[in-house]
Amino acid sequence: MGRETPKQQQQVSYTVEQLVAVNPYNPDIVPELENYVNEQVSSQTYSLDANLCLLRLYQFEPERMSTQIVARILVKALMAMPAPDFSLCLFLIPERVQMEEQFKTLIVLSHYLETGRFRQFWDEAAKSRHIVEAVPGFEQAIQAYAIHVLSLTYQKIPRSVLAEAINIEGLSLDKFLEHQAANSGWILEKGHVRGQLIVLPRNEFNHPELKKSATETVPLEHITRIFPILG
Amino acid sequence: MAAGYDYEEAPGTYDDANRQDVGYDPNFVPDSVKSFVVHLYRHIREKNVYEIHQMYEISFQTLSDRLFKDTPWPSVDAVAHYVDNDQVFCLLYREMWFRHLYARLSPTLKQRIDSWDNYCSLFQVVLHRVVNMQLPNQWLWDMVDEFVYQFQSFCQYRAKMKNKTEQEIALLRQFDQAWNVYGVLNYLQAFVEKSNIIQILEQEKEGGEQFTATDGYDYSGGSNVLKVLGYFSMVGLLRVHCLLGDYQTGLKCLLPIDISQQGVYTSVIGSHIATIYHYGFANLMMRRYVEAIHEFNKILLYIYKTKQYHQKSPQYEQILKKNEQMYALLAICLSLCPQVKLVEETVNSQLREKYGEKMARMQRYDDEAFAIYDELFSYACPKFITPSAPSFEEPLVNYNQDAYRLQLKLFLYEVKQQQLLSGVRTFLKVYSTISLGKLANYMEVDETTLRSILLTYKHKTHAVDSDGKIISNADLDFYIDDDMIHVVESKSVKRYGDYFLRQIVKLEGVITDMDRIKLE
Repeated sequence: MGRETPKQQQQVSYTVEQLVAVNPYNPDIVPELENYVNEQVSSQTYSLDANLCLLRLYQFEPERMSTQIVARILVKALMAMPAPDFSLCLFLIPERVQMEEQFKTLIVLSHYLETGRFRQFWDEAAKSRHIVEAVPGFEQAIQAYAIHVLSLTYQKIPRSVLAEAINIEGLSLDKFLEHQAANSGWILEKGHVRGQLIVLPRNEFNHPELKKSATETVPLEHITRIFPILG
Repeated sequence: MAAGYDYEEAPGTYDDANRQDVGYDPNFVPDSVKSFVVHLYRHIREKNVYEIHQMYEISFQTLSDRLFKDTPWPSVDAVAHYVDNDQVFCLLYREMWFRHLYARLSPTLKQRIDSWDNYCSLFQVVLHRVVNMQLPNQWLWDMVDEFVYQFQSFCQYRAKMKNKTEQEIALLRQFDQAWNVYGVLNYLQAFVEKSNIIQILEQEKEGGEQFTATDGYDYSGGSNVLKVLGYFSMVGLLRVHCLLGDYQTGLKCLLPIDISQQGVYTSVIGSHIATIYHYGFANLMMRRYVEAIHEFNKILLYIYKTKQYHQKSPQYEQILKKNEQMYALLAICLSLCPQVKLVEETVNSQLREKYGEKMARMQRYDDEAFAIYDELFSYACPKFITPSAPSFEEPLVNYNQDAYRLQLKLFLYEVKQQQLLSGVRTFLKVYSTISLGKLANYMEVDETTLRSILLTYKHKTHAVDSDGKIISNADLDFYIDDDMIHVVESKSVKRYGDYFLRQIVKLEGVITDMDRIKLE
């Protein structure tokens, strides 16, 4: 496709999103949607709706399916975790396609991430470099997911547990931790028995006392219903 | 996979034309039918919506029961001259004719194709000509509902290639455009767009348009047909997308309709149930269990209170069937997301009665549990379809179960991932704090595995909602401080805001009543 100027790229994605919104049930847009997948990969953007649209069209005409494109869609979906995008895509991919080697691998990777088995995930990902290295930003996206789940769970987390989850060790980990401490409010505590402890930022999931009772927020639309009475 | 699961449809592999021909003369028009079409035609011309509804809902059923129990109605050609050969009326009559055929008999392939042609002609009239009718919402909903149903039925029929006759295969090849998925989706989409229904609903919120307030009817001399068909087509699109396994897009299609309120979709019970059933199912597959439970609870309570009023209606059986299916789905949701507080008392007692024992077994997550999840899912799920055209190469196979098998497999896969959470929950209920080491011991796993299990618990109980926000649906929660687990019981939900709003409205009502008395 060649190097496109950012403005051109923006114009292309605007058109594709429009297509998906206005004329999605149209076999002629398959090539554009396929290009759009490749564009998402190279420019590190993401559009679930466009990708679902393409998977649907593949469902309507299976002879046109490109397994390479489908694999890329799945990798992008994996990077969108914790959103369930990966399974949403799988729902649209025929079983016999899912039995192919590269898809079986991706499903295994997804399984490890869904069940918090990060060490197994990184081991398997290392064995499948050709799949995951083809998509820039993959590693960072999974690390972000790992931190997300850890932040739901831990107030204080041992360094070793964190290291295993985000697959960073030694000096790189030190640098990473310093960066997080400076920019994301992480606090690094000196060792207890097992070494360094990291204090993760407070949120309503790892600090339940912060939880705003959902019941105390009343949506504005409900209040508007009694405006005639109040007015 | 659940044994004996099959799409309920009378087998259409033998030559049904024979069955239909016995004692059936398409040209014989009994007097009661002549009277029926003449009056219906007049009422439609005069826009007497109430009378049209009575004739459509009651007279048609009565005549069908009395005269056409297992034969089709007279052909449209035989009745056309009683109604001035009016093109639109004939298309409407044919639509009812086919619907009756599908309900009481088994359509042949040729009839399926003819029905498709009829829908195309009818829809094109509505989309491209200025139509001046007002039809009852019940009828307009039935059209969309039946259209999607016949599409689903055709896909299932077409996917059973094994015993097709040469004749059938030749017809399928020749009429390959009939009931093609692009056509079906594009008609529904065309209704939504041409009717401008999305903008109408938007403007209504700001007070600019009147639609819901008039139940979709047009009191300024126009027609409600295109608008209401556009409206119901959004539900139709949700349904088709669920049949394809695309839950995200299905929910998107429904977005313009605010299901937290009454609307035109609640004006017809069939539409109300279809909307919530598919909305709930889609949310279940997207792991938004709390949302699904919330909506199933509301509709099941509604059906409980109102089903007695529909006992005589032709939709009664369907209502009961969907009711049972939604209880099964609710049982599944609550087993995956135990938040019984979300379920109203009446619904809960019904649920216990129907599925109490099964739910207890599901939460054990052993092999038997998976069999029950399988059973309930298979019973309650939509009739998934394979939308692509069949391969005509030998050997011919039946692939009508492929779509269902895939959805079931992926669903059970998700259930399996949640298997270990049940054990965690049991322990969290008992302890307020416990060390990782101790819990690992009790659960007979090593500490690393336990950490993974706890992460899984957190991930699975914190869903991503439609706005991308994280919402917790955990009844029992915890956090970890280094190697200590601290258990947190979620506060019980007291809806103060709602309570005050209700009381404000009530008080206003009382004051208004009192004012009225004073003036008298």
